[in-house]
Amino acid sequence: MAVTVVFIGKLADLAGEDEREVAAPLSWSGLAGALGDDIAAAAADERIKIAVNGKVLADKTSLSAADGDEVALLPPVSGG
Amino acid sequence: MPRDVQLLEKGFSPGKALGLFAKAHPEAGGIASFVGKVRPDGDVKVLQLISYDRLTLPGMETLADEVETRWTLDGLLIHHRTGHMRPGAPIVLVAAAARHRRDAFEAVDFAMDHLKSRSWFWKREKRGDGWHWIEPREEDHEDAKRWDV
Repeated sequence: MAVTVVFIGKLADLAGEDEREVAAPLSWSGLAGALGDDIAAAAADERIKIAVNGKVLADKTSLSAADGDEVALLPPVSGG
Repeated sequence: MPRDVQLLEKGFSPGKALGLFAKAHPEAGGIASFVGKVRPDGDVKVLQLISYDRLTLPGMETLADEVETRWTLDGLLIHHRTGHMRPGAPIVLVAAAARHRRDAFEAVDFAMDHLKSRSWFWKREKRGDGWHWIEPREEDHEDAKRWDV
């Protein structure tokens, strides 16, 4: 019963890995408990977006991920 | 409209890809293209582009959809690298085949402005003192805004 959290760019540096499995379900208010205060604080930056299964959330505080979902924490893109 | 949108993990030859594209569109009156390369300046040794499977290629397809709705083209090609590249290496090739040149020029210009500012890529470069994350450039956002309606 897990949610896969994918860290990209600077957030992967902060997390020390590219992805991590955490217990499902995962909500915005549960982020600090699941990932630690540092990552939760970084995710709160207004420029950081969150995607669930490839869909970017318009409001990341609405995060609600269930077993099998993939949650990605996305820093601002730097462009191609 | 036939299109060829690819996310490439290894080095590629823009000349070869463009040659095949031209051959595939003999009906076109013209082809415009752009090749973006790793700028060989400063002490940058390696550029790393990071993509995310669930967003990067789907986002490039969505961009191609938008190009198709805005211009009348015979064909569109978008090839973009991900991974590690050395200075001088090609990063991106965009080409548009059309009956008339204005459509081809504008389609390529639009696609590049969007790839530079709104596509799902993150990058960092390795210099003499280690890796540095690259922040988005304001100019790139301004370039993309020219097309907003």
